[in-house]
Amino acid sequence: MSMRAPLLRILGAAVAAAVIVVILSIKLNAFRDYQIAEIAVYVIAIAGLTVLTGLSGQISLGNGAFMAIGAYITALMLAHLGWPFVAVLVVAGLASAATGAIVGVAAARLRGPYLAGVTLMLGVALPFLAYVYPSTLGGDQGLNVVYTQPAFLGANFPLTRWQAWISSAVALVVLVLLANLGRSRVGRNWRAVRDDEVAAALAGINVAQARVLAFVVSAACAGLAGALLAIITALVAPGAFTITLSIALLTGAVIGGLGTLLGAIWGSLVIVLVPVYATDVATSHGLSTTVASNIPVAAYGVVLILVMLIFPQGIQGGVLWLLRLLGISAARPSHEASTADAMPSAGETPARPHEKEGTQ
Amino acid sequence: MKRSRSQRLRVPVIAVLATAALALAACSSSPSSSSGSTSSGASSSAALTASAPGITATTITIGSHQPLTGPAAPGYSEIAPASAAYFAYVNAHGGVYGRKIVYKYLDDAYNPTTTASVVRQLVLQDNVYAIFNGLGTPTHLAVMSFLNAQKIPDVFVASGCDCWNAPSTAPETFGWQLDYVREGKILGQYIKQHFAGKKVGYFYQDDEFGMDGVKGLDYEIPSSSVVARQTYVPTNVNIGPAVAALHAAGAQVVVAFSIPAFTALLKLNSLKLGYNPTLVVSNVGSDPITLGGLLEAFAKQGGATVNGNELTTGIITDEYLPALSASDSWYTLFKKIHDQYDAKAPLDGNVFYGMSVAYTFVQAMLKAGKNPTRADLVNAINAGLPQGPVVAPFSYSSTDHQGATGAYIGVIGNGVVVEQGPVQTTDTTASGAITTYTGTEQQAPASGIPSP
Repeated sequence: MSMRAPLLRILGAAVAAAVIVVILSIKLNAFRDYQIAEIAVYVIAIAGLTVLTGLSGQISLGNGAFMAIGAYITALMLAHLGWPFVAVLVVAGLASAATGAIVGVAAARLRGPYLAGVTLMLGVALPFLAYVYPSTLGGDQGLNVVYTQPAFLGANFPLTRWQAWISSAVALVVLVLLANLGRSRVGRNWRAVRDDEVAAALAGINVAQARVLAFVVSAACAGLAGALLAIITALVAPGAFTITLSIALLTGAVIGGLGTLLGAIWGSLVIVLVPVYATDVATSHGLSTTVASNIPVAAYGVVLILVMLIFPQGIQGGVLWLLRLLGISAARPSHEASTADAMPSAGETPARPHEKEGTQ
Repeated sequence: MKRSRSQRLRVPVIAVLATAALALAACSSSPSSSSGSTSSGASSSAALTASAPGITATTITIGSHQPLTGPAAPGYSEIAPASAAYFAYVNAHGGVYGRKIVYKYLDDAYNPTTTASVVRQLVLQDNVYAIFNGLGTPTHLAVMSFLNAQKIPDVFVASGCDCWNAPSTAPETFGWQLDYVREGKILGQYIKQHFAGKKVGYFYQDDEFGMDGVKGLDYEIPSSSVVARQTYVPTNVNIGPAVAALHAAGAQVVVAFSIPAFTALLKLNSLKLGYNPTLVVSNVGSDPITLGGLLEAFAKQGGATVNGNELTTGIITDEYLPALSASDSWYTLFKKIHDQYDAKAPLDGNVFYGMSVAYTFVQAMLKAGKNPTRADLVNAINAGLPQGPVVAPFSYSSTDHQGATGAYIGVIGNGVVVEQGPVQTTDTTASGAITTYTGTEQQAPASGIPSP
């Protein structure tokens, strides 16, 4: 197949998604716009993680810390330098990527639980810098982020709609880039390294380089997500970047379908929307506070368990299975590349390296 | 072949996007605000109008963010249900000018990002009239500028940070409880007067809460008598070294600006060292019922049995709400409401707090008028409020949004705070005098509802 067709398809899907976001953001109320922005932030962070874990086979429990880096850099630069947001976004992404490179160098030597341990340490420890340097980083209270929408939109343009647009725009650009990266030589190298490091090395792939690069890409995505989170919540504080966030990102990637970019979208929808719905249901049924307040947490857990039981490959795996079942010709020979996400379809992504052999 | 396959592949993409669009569109239709006024049947209150967002002819909807789960939930999760219980009582006895208060409080798990999200839900989707008693310093700071930009009354924040007192930049925001600087000054003066010449050690949380408290203490206690200043962070329970340092410095009086769990750890760690200084603990960390329970639970984890009430006895603290004693009119009122609407919760300082702040809110709503706009509520508070259950007057004016201005010193004995001496009032400045409050404390109205 020619290389041009998939690129066009990916761009087409991105444009369609952009149109849908714009229509939704105008039709829906301001809080829904805020949720769209939130979902877009999670899409960026989870897409970065799903590439790291699903494609290069490395786990990270510290991507929340990379988000913190992006967020604090955004807060500091907007407050002290007054740069345009796009420039701030680029710096935030680059700085997180640089940190990712450092972590990646250490990570490239570690496997499985040891890698999880090192990234976990990062996720737990890094937000504490805010307490160590309270005069610069604001301590427990954090830093306020002052960000106003550009003047050309007019004074009456809702801020949340602009936030939804800018977050979604970044999310779509990231998705398009990742989709292309995934089907490029880099992506093939990652998959080769994931499936069998020895074979990959024998084939001339620099294994360590491939693994570090995956960390850099993942961290850059997290940094961008953190920068956007900073402007939509208007505050960066250590309480927002606890280990819970890192684990939520991993949960989102797994629920959505590890290794698939569309799965990152499903995962983000679950993370953002399920707790809100569960709270609405719980509070509208007159349950006691102790019960009602724990229902969203429980619902989240139930969704995770159900998805894993019914669709071990995540929601995206389930969607593909359903489409196949309905005979909507999504059923394609299993050895071919996947759809717009340009990665192996969820149904054939090995959950662990070595689990299945050579169908790619 | 190529062409047909690319067509085939486009189908699932479009299907996925369409499903996502439907899912999002479905969200928007769910809980729209109940703006349809049910004016029929309300003939007696015909003059009631939907005067502001969140106000209908029959209801006033307010919202809040609270730590119902997560690290801050123990104790603090009792506050919002207690406020809701007081509102239920008011609603059952005629409401506020006939309107019922609908109190929607959402869990933010003490995470500022979640706070930002749930408060936007309350304001942008549920169209609440005001945000009431949002709990926590870092959490509420995440929404303070948003609420002020949207001109949403942000009343009676549940935190003693002096950051809520910024009438020029945050005209919608009001504190309520005694701020930590005033607390520090009042405790500091007591120490200066009653423990002159003794060595004093500080033990405080390493953030705004602890540092504000220490600021107040330092205004009063001569720096020559402070022999040790030790801090802790709430995520690290290993405070042994800090306690050992206080011990080594020979501190005879230890002042703690700590949350209940760390007050308990301070006490247990001192016991282990055979170190028994006089403990002076700020209000937020000294609720005897919470503290006694924590002491027993922590000791049990370590394989020991202690009596919580025995260990808390003798702790000196300050209190800006009446003591939980049967002779107090507020205690009688709040116990009655608690037993009827919130009986499952223990009747402790948190429940007392939740009901007291709800009382002040009803007071402010009654002052705001029959058909209030959002600005009417802010103006009503700026014009000053009666103190209600609080033992000292509020500082509210158009240039001061802090809240309670004074407290009395109490000593814990057998699980209750026993009042020691009169209510002291002061301000937050270094030079501001601490004076004995000469006004009379209010008694609870027989109806249980404030008069306009």
